[in-house]
Amino acid sequence: ISGKVLDETGQPLPGASVFVKGTTRSTSTDVNGNFKLAGLSNGSVTLSASFIGYQTLEKAVSVTANATANFQLVPDAQKLNEVVVIGYGTAEKKNLTGSITTVSSKDFQKGAITTPEQLIQGKIAGVNIISNSGQPGVGSTIRIRGGASLNASNDPLVVIDGVPFSGNTIDNAPSPLSLINPNDIETFTVLKDANATAIYGSRASNGVILITTKKGGTGAPVINFSTNNSIATVIKKVDVLSADQVRAYVNANGSASQKALLGTASTDWQDEIYQRAFTTDNNLSIAGSFKGVPYRVSAGYLDQDGLLITDKLKRGTGSITLSPRLFKDHLKIDLNLKGSLTDSHFANGGAIGSAIQFDPTQPVYAQNKYGNYYEWTQGTGADMVPNPNSPRNPVGLIELQNNNGHAARSVGNAKFDYSFHFLPELHANLNVGYDVSKGYGAISVPTFAAQAASTKGSFSRALKTENDKFSEFYLNYAHTVESIRSRFDATAGYGYYDNATTSFNFTNYTGTGVALVTPVFPFSVERNKLLSYYGRFVYTLADKYILSGTMRADASSKFAENNRWGYFPSAGFTWRIIGENFLKDSKVISDLKLRLSYGETGNKDGADIGNYNYLSKYYANSNTGQYQIGNTFYNYYAPAGYDPDLRWETTTTYNAGLDFGFLKGRLYGSLDVYYKKTKDLLSKITIPVGTNFSNELVTNVGNMDVRGAEASLNFTAIKNDNITWDFGVNAAYNKRKVTNLTLNPSSGFKVDAGDITGGTGVHLKYNAVNQVPGSYFVYKQVYDGSGKPLEGIYADLNGDGAITTDDQYFYKSPDPNFTFGFNTAFTYKKWTINTVLRANLGNYVYDNVASNFGIKSNILTSVGVLNNASSDLLNTGFTATQYLSDYYIKNASFLKMDNLGLAYNIGKLSKSGNTTMRISANCQNVFVVSKYKGLDPELVSGIDYNLYPRPRTYTLGLNVGF
Amino acid sequence: CKKEALNLLPTNDLTESIVYATPAGYKQELVRLYANYALTSPSGSDNSDVGGLNSGFADFLRLFWTSQELTTDEAVCNWGDTGIPELDNSTWSTDNQFLRGLYSRSISQITLVNEYLRQSTPDQLATRGITGADATNVLRYRAEARFLRAYQYWVLLDAFGNPPFVTETDLIGKVNPKQIQRAALFAYVESELKAIEPDLADARTNEYGRADKGADWALLARLYLNAQVYTGTAKYTEAITYSSKVIGASYSLKTNYKDLFLADNNLNNTENILTINYDGVNGTNYGGTTFLINAMVYTAADAAGMVSTAYGVPNGGWAGNRTRQNLPALFPDANGTLDKRGIFAGPKATIDAIDAPNDGLKVTKFKNVTSTGATPASLNGTFSSLDFALFRLAEQYLIYGEAVARGGSGGTAAQALLYVNALRQRAYGNTNGNVSLAALTTDFYLDERGRELYWEGHRRTDLVRYGKFTGSTYLWPFKGGVKAGTSVPAYRNLYPIPNADLIANPNLVQNTGY
Repeated sequence: ISGKVLDETGQPLPGASVFVKGTTRSTSTDVNGNFKLAGLSNGSVTLSASFIGYQTLEKAVSVTANATANFQLVPDAQKLNEVVVIGYGTAEKKNLTGSITTVSSKDFQKGAITTPEQLIQGKIAGVNIISNSGQPGVGSTIRIRGGASLNASNDPLVVIDGVPFSGNTIDNAPSPLSLINPNDIETFTVLKDANATAIYGSRASNGVILITTKKGGTGAPVINFSTNNSIATVIKKVDVLSADQVRAYVNANGSASQKALLGTASTDWQDEIYQRAFTTDNNLSIAGSFKGVPYRVSAGYLDQDGLLITDKLKRGTGSITLSPRLFKDHLKIDLNLKGSLTDSHFANGGAIGSAIQFDPTQPVYAQNKYGNYYEWTQGTGADMVPNPNSPRNPVGLIELQNNNGHAARSVGNAKFDYSFHFLPELHANLNVGYDVSKGYGAISVPTFAAQAASTKGSFSRALKTENDKFSEFYLNYAHTVESIRSRFDATAGYGYYDNATTSFNFTNYTGTGVALVTPVFPFSVERNKLLSYYGRFVYTLADKYILSGTMRADASSKFAENNRWGYFPSAGFTWRIIGENFLKDSKVISDLKLRLSYGETGNKDGADIGNYNYLSKYYANSNTGQYQIGNTFYNYYAPAGYDPDLRWETTTTYNAGLDFGFLKGRLYGSLDVYYKKTKDLLSKITIPVGTNFSNELVTNVGNMDVRGAEASLNFTAIKNDNITWDFGVNAAYNKRKVTNLTLNPSSGFKVDAGDITGGTGVHLKYNAVNQVPGSYFVYKQVYDGSGKPLEGIYADLNGDGAITTDDQYFYKSPDPNFTFGFNTAFTYKKWTINTVLRANLGNYVYDNVASNFGIKSNILTSVGVLNNASSDLLNTGFTATQYLSDYYIKNASFLKMDNLGLAYNIGKLSKSGNTTMRISANCQNVFVVSKYKGLDPELVSGIDYNLYPRPRTYTLGLNVGF
Repeated sequence: CKKEALNLLPTNDLTESIVYATPAGYKQELVRLYANYALTSPSGSDNSDVGGLNSGFADFLRLFWTSQELTTDEAVCNWGDTGIPELDNSTWSTDNQFLRGLYSRSISQITLVNEYLRQSTPDQLATRGITGADATNVLRYRAEARFLRAYQYWVLLDAFGNPPFVTETDLIGKVNPKQIQRAALFAYVESELKAIEPDLADARTNEYGRADKGADWALLARLYLNAQVYTGTAKYTEAITYSSKVIGASYSLKTNYKDLFLADNNLNNTENILTINYDGVNGTNYGGTTFLINAMVYTAADAAGMVSTAYGVPNGGWAGNRTRQNLPALFPDANGTLDKRGIFAGPKATIDAIDAPNDGLKVTKFKNVTSTGATPASLNGTFSSLDFALFRLAEQYLIYGEAVARGGSGGTAAQALLYVNALRQRAYGNTNGNVSLAALTTDFYLDERGRELYWEGHRRTDLVRYGKFTGSTYLWPFKGGVKAGTSVPAYRNLYPIPNADLIANPNLVQNTGY
């Protein structure tokens, strides 16, 4: 049989797949949309033609010599037949029982994107992605439905092409995901509810992100080259007093000796440390098929400057994917290999705070022994030392610290999917792979630098390697029994995961080469393993009723043998209402589907959850923790607190969802409500003192509830030959609440969950019963008639006549109540304009910049120097710090335009050639609307202090295809 | 993958059977017990093994000092760190992090001692093949471990009265400790100190930094002096007995008072009975004497400014602690001209506002400088190498005298006068400061203790014993939160059981009044 596959306008669709139903015979169309299937025996067959983004079309054909079959596919806005990856397999979108959202490359955020997760920021309801700062390559905090844990990790599991990432950090790289090139990514699939995630068992409580990279095609090689060049600028600086304001303030309020300290310069220290930063990101890929083996090879080179002077990230990436199909497609092999190298220069981030605080009346440079950077000093002559209680010169901090990091990472896997010759519906799938990385770096400060004056410079090194391996095997059997209109799909598998991190220890030296601190051990290995069995069963009746169940059993080396196994079941039911007779022929409703699910997932990872915490063990002291007896300094071992009963925390999730589509998918969306309950939280709590070697322990205590709702709506407003106008809107409500935190239930218990900068050990955030995790615990500020806060005057909430810590109360939290995403793309002929906006409502920020720097005694210090202050001083007039006043807790609800882009798709450059070209211009971080006066209202911790500003970036991009 | 493959072990950590396999291991682990009151963590200054507390706060001495001095007439701190203002103002709450820290630190040391005792029973030694002289040594280590436990129970007895009580029979686990009542705890500490006496080294014969019979007697003397407070029954005769034992051993006063607080105070020093040893390179933390020195150094530009290099902390100077005017007022002059024990700096003695850095004199008696003017090595120019005396002979002289004045038998006023004047002759450098027999009233001893022992962690205990810590018979600036000072309710003679532990451990009952 031969034929053509065309799109709705009659243009050929190259790479569309055509297969013979009920067999494994399939082929793809060539560049002209032609296909040919040979060797079929005569008779009647059903051919199915499909192409991503188009509705699959089936046609009955009777096989004769030279039979033809042409297909004209129509676009499927809702992509109901799209195949999406799920855990250990794939499923058609219309048959999903879990809450799963896919974003593909055409919908990604555009512009200068260095880390993959930024591609989908604002695109998915209930998925919050916050870049941790504006530093090049910096990671993001990803929260799916808010996170379900306290001291265990709240990060989702990330799986790239079937390789699960351990979540461990890579030293001397900005973030682990920064070593993956975003340009290689085809789709993101986010699994949200437990029916979707539970097959990942103990790593699934915070959701799962499946990333699929681009693969080779069929036919002639397609070469794609893209270059993005951008300029990043500082949008906003911290509002501090000007040099003249400081002079006026000191002259009005200072003592004679303080006035004498005033300088004559007018230095804007923030201008001195920030720069316009240039980035170039170039990618080349070749995809095609060589002797029937689809391949894709890509290479990328990124060179990104940071806003902070000297900050730089250089990254080279390469990837190869091969997808051979052997034995008449019975054996499908996918080989993925990715490698990357980064070279970073990390600017000294301490300069950000110093630039806020440093006296603007002083010059940047002065003749002195500190490399001619102006510094505050004490003493005279040879005894002169930098004043230990003043900030250091911000420019000197950066220029006199050399912090270089290098990281290399390789991720690879081989997937073999064999469809048995005697039983094609039975598949055996083997997936083996690795993820290895090495990060190393050195920091040196010269002997004369004020920042290391007491040791006359410094030199330190770091090296960490990561070595993760895994293998997975599963059998899948799918069978349709037409007579009872039933389809059965069963999967059962096994997995083994081995993660090891080796940290090497080095001696720290002074700048003159004298050893300062020597390590006790040359290295240490942190290792954990996971052994798993999993299964899934999906039963579909009449293409309308779908019942699915999954089960995973995990055994982790992090727990004692008797607690080692955890069992994580889930069940889901989907009713494709659209399949019912009363809707089948509806002209208005094109899809309607109800999903109900329940499941249990686990969590065992996180910075506070060690690999060996269930073991009674003694650890060695460091060489700075020796003790002198007689004339000898002794080393020793110390018993560590431990919990032999440590086990998983378990999250139970209930989810109800509705998927709908109208007008042939021109309007479609979904609605989900969920309730999550985590028990046996791995929380750091106070244990009865005297029962262990520590007074606090991470143990399985407590419960937390998360309630939420999500909605997303996609709408094609205009669709004709010249104009397409699409809208996407998503909204989510999420509320977390701690319901218990103690072994003996008590409502009064709270445990520190975050300190502020300034006073030592000033706890601001707590985990407490009946509160959102990490709620602020503060004093209620009293104001005068004009609304000005009265210094040190707080409401006596307990009425005992004294203001003590008993008068603190819980007030707000960093969690937003609502998050929104909005994107739209308007295409007119070859022009496309698109934008992405995001908004958060109900998130509150503690302004630690104002509380620490916005006080009189910060300018007029008692330590012999002058400083600058946050302009908030002019609002409060506070003399001394009032760290725990609720005055500093500010509403940080915001609306941000993340991205505004304009693209011109030239298309083919000449009628005969194949060269295509696309030009784009983008602006990222276009504007922020917020009542919050600080630098940026979007903060993961909720504590605003010395944020590396997120830049506004202007990008010009060129994309050429051959 | 075999299931046993999931049994993984850390690279460098050891199990107890390896740690305690050799005699050297038992010695090392004894040192770990001592290290526990010197450090915030075995892992160095940036770590804390007291959870919930900043690592800089988490060492024993800083917490103990804060609880014994900041709430009294001797000291005030202008930092806004959570919990400090309420200590300054005698209004501490049951959540106070410093009090909770002290409580946790003391019990952590007790827990460690209990483990040591479990690991060093005769059975354990036999199993591990430790015999003969090695086993005899371990017997002494055990006695020292019990001394450290008794010392920490004394701290709890004095500060919290009725703490949870665990001994080596309480295994690590989830069984909530029972609460012990103050009188019973007194009896326990007394019996322990007496029981271990024969196994301890003779006074001044042990290694530097280790407890001996002298330390044992010194703690018994201190315990008995306060027995009236702890149990309602006075034991002044016993206080005389045990202070006399210390005095009768081969201790002697250091020639210059100021040298007691210099960085080479570990050398040629026959006055100190037991010290906590600090080192600016090998045993570092932001508490201990590092805290005592840095917190009082103010590097201001004006006339009140101090240069931190002069105190051996070139990179330090945290500008926090000062004294209230009551302390310098005990001296004939605040410049140390006559009584050289008065080591103060600053322009203004009166505290009008706690957060005014020039209000109140700085106490500059602790210095990270040797008697020859050298500054010891320090990792960061902040860490100090000055050792701190938990017990020294001068205190025993004053215990003897006060116990005699309070009616104890076995001592004489005439002998007490010799001791007092020995201290005063050292202070004045001549006999001009000597006092007469008639001057040796009970109240005299409180003032003399102030002059001799200020900022060494005695003041709260002393004021409680004299009935002046609470109530209104004696006021100091901001006592009770008022500038002129006001009465503080008597229940505050004891600190509260920390709220966090009350919630965690349902066996505990809060001290009356809180």
